[in-house]
Amino acid sequence: MNRSHSLAAALLLAAAPAAAQTIAITGGTVYPVTGAPIRGGTVLIRDGKIAAVGANLAIPADARRIDATGKWVTPGLFESSTNMGLVEVEAVRETDDFEIRDVNPENGDQVAAAFNVADGLNPRSMVIPVSRIAGVTTAVSRPAGGLISGQAVAIDLAGNRVEEMVIASPVAMFANLSEGSRAAGGNARGGQSMRLREVLEDARAWARNRQAFERGETRDFSVSRLDLEALQPVLAGREPLAVEAHRASDIQTVLRIGREYNLKLIIVGGTEAWMVASDLAQARVAVLVKVLNNLPGSFESLGATYENAARLRRAGVQVAITSGETFKAYNIRQEAGNAVAYGLPWDEAFRAITLAPAQIFGVADRYGSLEPGKVADVVVWDGDPLELLTRVNTVIIRGREIPLVSRETQLRDRYRRLDDNRAYRP
Amino acid sequence: MNRAPYALVLAAVAACSQAQARPANRPGTPSPQAAPAPRPPANPFPSTYRPFPSTPTLIRGGTVLTAAGQEIRNGQVLIVDGKIAAVGATVDAPAGVTVIDAIGRWVTPGVIDDHSHLGVYASPGVQAHSDGNEATQPNTAEVWAEHSVWPQDPGFVRALEGGVTTMQILPGSANLFGGRSVVLKNVPSRTVQGMKFPGAPYGLKMACGENPKRVYGQRGGPSTRMGEMAADRQAWIRAVAYRDRWARWDRDHTGNPPERDLELETLVGVLNGEILVHNHCYRADEMAQMIDMSHEFGYRIRSFHHGVEAYKVRDLLARDSISGSLWADWWGFKMEALDFTRANLALVHEAGVRAIVHSDDPTGIQKLNQEAAKAMEAGREIGIVIPDSTAIRWLTANPAWALGIDRWVGTLEPGKNADVVIWSGNPFSVYTRADQVFIDGALMFDRFNPNRRPRTDFEVGLFPAEAGR
Repeated sequence: MNRSHSLAAALLLAAAPAAAQTIAITGGTVYPVTGAPIRGGTVLIRDGKIAAVGANLAIPADARRIDATGKWVTPGLFESSTNMGLVEVEAVRETDDFEIRDVNPENGDQVAAAFNVADGLNPRSMVIPVSRIAGVTTAVSRPAGGLISGQAVAIDLAGNRVEEMVIASPVAMFANLSEGSRAAGGNARGGQSMRLREVLEDARAWARNRQAFERGETRDFSVSRLDLEALQPVLAGREPLAVEAHRASDIQTVLRIGREYNLKLIIVGGTEAWMVASDLAQARVAVLVKVLNNLPGSFESLGATYENAARLRRAGVQVAITSGETFKAYNIRQEAGNAVAYGLPWDEAFRAITLAPAQIFGVADRYGSLEPGKVADVVVWDGDPLELLTRVNTVIIRGREIPLVSRETQLRDRYRRLDDNRAYRP
Repeated sequence: MNRAPYALVLAAVAACSQAQARPANRPGTPSPQAAPAPRPPANPFPSTYRPFPSTPTLIRGGTVLTAAGQEIRNGQVLIVDGKIAAVGATVDAPAGVTVIDAIGRWVTPGVIDDHSHLGVYASPGVQAHSDGNEATQPNTAEVWAEHSVWPQDPGFVRALEGGVTTMQILPGSANLFGGRSVVLKNVPSRTVQGMKFPGAPYGLKMACGENPKRVYGQRGGPSTRMGEMAADRQAWIRAVAYRDRWARWDRDHTGNPPERDLELETLVGVLNGEILVHNHCYRADEMAQMIDMSHEFGYRIRSFHHGVEAYKVRDLLARDSISGSLWADWWGFKMEALDFTRANLALVHEAGVRAIVHSDDPTGIQKLNQEAAKAMEAGREIGIVIPDSTAIRWLTANPAWALGIDRWVGTLEPGKNADVVIWSGNPFSVYTRADQVFIDGALMFDRFNPNRRPRTDFEVGLFPAEAGR
């Protein structure tokens, strides 16, 4: 039995249908991402899906209308690297579920390939609504730490059960080839890549000798059986290996290993990716870029620049813009806005927080744009969504309108007046 | 009055040092003939800052936010001798003045960040650059941040590109008393002294809550909030006694003078109102305790920093004229940062507290204008409408007050130092960038002129194989 596949299957089979409700968002300027903006356009939502998008749609009599006159209508924003749902308070470690610590403590192998974060997801996390009401509807919630961190899942930021949230699982195997993961390779770069190759070799050898392994007739492998099994879709090129790397030469090392094993790669962070943009373009490897990153904060990021995203796109590299945040994932639109300020065309920046991450993580058939048949994750804004003075008017996830309430707004309202009755308010 | 050698003679420093236009010479070479008056002995590390060369300049056609309440469309700002000479719809400019066309652009005072660790936690953030927390004992009031600042921190240049002209560099928050802060001008300099803001008072960094008890909980304490308060109060008791010993000696001159104590000199500076307290504090109840403690010992708190729950006690801050140095939206990283609201700045502002957008971060400092924009939006959601002409004060006039330098900077008013930013558009738009930044009338950064972009020593020759960045 393939454990990771069964988990994924279980999650997807149980995905609940959204409310059988018809919603018509009318009068706004619709930004479908896949096509030109439609002034005075309508987005018709039925049964949790986008039924139609256009200028002159017939609106069914039973449709609930949302007037978006003068407003912008877009797909929900897609945060591609976060721990949302996996942590409540960062420093309260017992609420952190995104990292397997002390992986295999006997030899500290730093490999947690079999670790899928899905079972740790908390649909009732108080962190999720804070970004959801700011227009972030979809996320790749990912593990962290070690050489191979584990499996990430794509989730909608709504639902009462994990099965209702998960879009796809796993969407990528996350790994590190950065200064933060040096311990995995004896504190040397060559050691890290050596270790990564060892693990991949073991996974390949294990797959060829499964029956011998079960009979106890193989050599020892350097990671557990579950990890070896979990790496098979990665070796088959079905599941991307998303590797955090920053120094230009480290990114090139990742590309080299990817070539050796025919891996499908994603570069996470990629602070100096612009310096090796042609290599990335040639290898057709996408990069998850945090735009507001221009400090030589370490010796692996001396080439940090706000123009990273723009330069990568000019070289033809697929780019998703990430906030890299969990508590402040709502800042993804600020990141995209700054990408525009530093040379990326607006359409590209908006695509980098909607359709591009959906494509990179293999869910673009259902997410990332306003097209008939796609899941109805839709946001109505009172202006340009990348502008910080713009406000969210409506958030719809899987066809359901989300109340614009979070713990943060409730505390605000509780203290709107300073009087002693506050303790009796919600 | 100088009743003890530990007293800082701020008035004397201020009088002798404020930014005279210096003779034209090459940038970075202080001119000896412009040396300040004899240094007061209580100022052992005096500022050697001299303004860079400037020419009389007229910035015209832009939207001017004076931070003194006005928004002037198609306005004019005249800079002469490093000072704001005139601001208005039209001003009388002398012949031969350099004219800068700011049509379609915005003009504001330089941005001031009253909470930065640039230089003390410099980039690259390697262990060797970790100079911000003297985490060896919970009270290190004796340390001075200026003795840790590395002037070659590339973060200074990045902050300048974001319009930041003045910064308070604080020690970290590991300790109850972290030490003295220093106020710096954001100018290239070989020495910290060359960046020090002439006349700026010192600050004292205090911290309460999770950080000190986390750092010292297993190292002799304090391990609790009540332990922190006790240690604070014991320190103030010693400071009061030290102040009184000196007062007695000043009066009687009998016997030997008391032995100098660096830690207590700083605390007495606070008691005397010469050193301003910058108090790292997250929770509402803790801010209330710190306020009561200040009453117990007779000192003032100038600003609460971080204040994630400041909105809950905004009336207490207003009553004591304590400013709120806050983030727009940081939260969740620890328990005491849980009860945030994005409306914090707006609510605090509405209550009559001086609201300040601070960074505590080498990236955030570059985009303080954007942080303000987010806080403005959050206010608007609950009907607190903050016009641009007011919000700009969160970045300029209010932090200038918190640092005790509002006589000189923070607004565009005649006589003030000409610290000016020309923005490519409305500063509260995400698409806007600082085009030009002036400090004391000198053009320190121009994003269209590579020769007007400082480069730190650290950034020289980093990429031998690259043609340039």
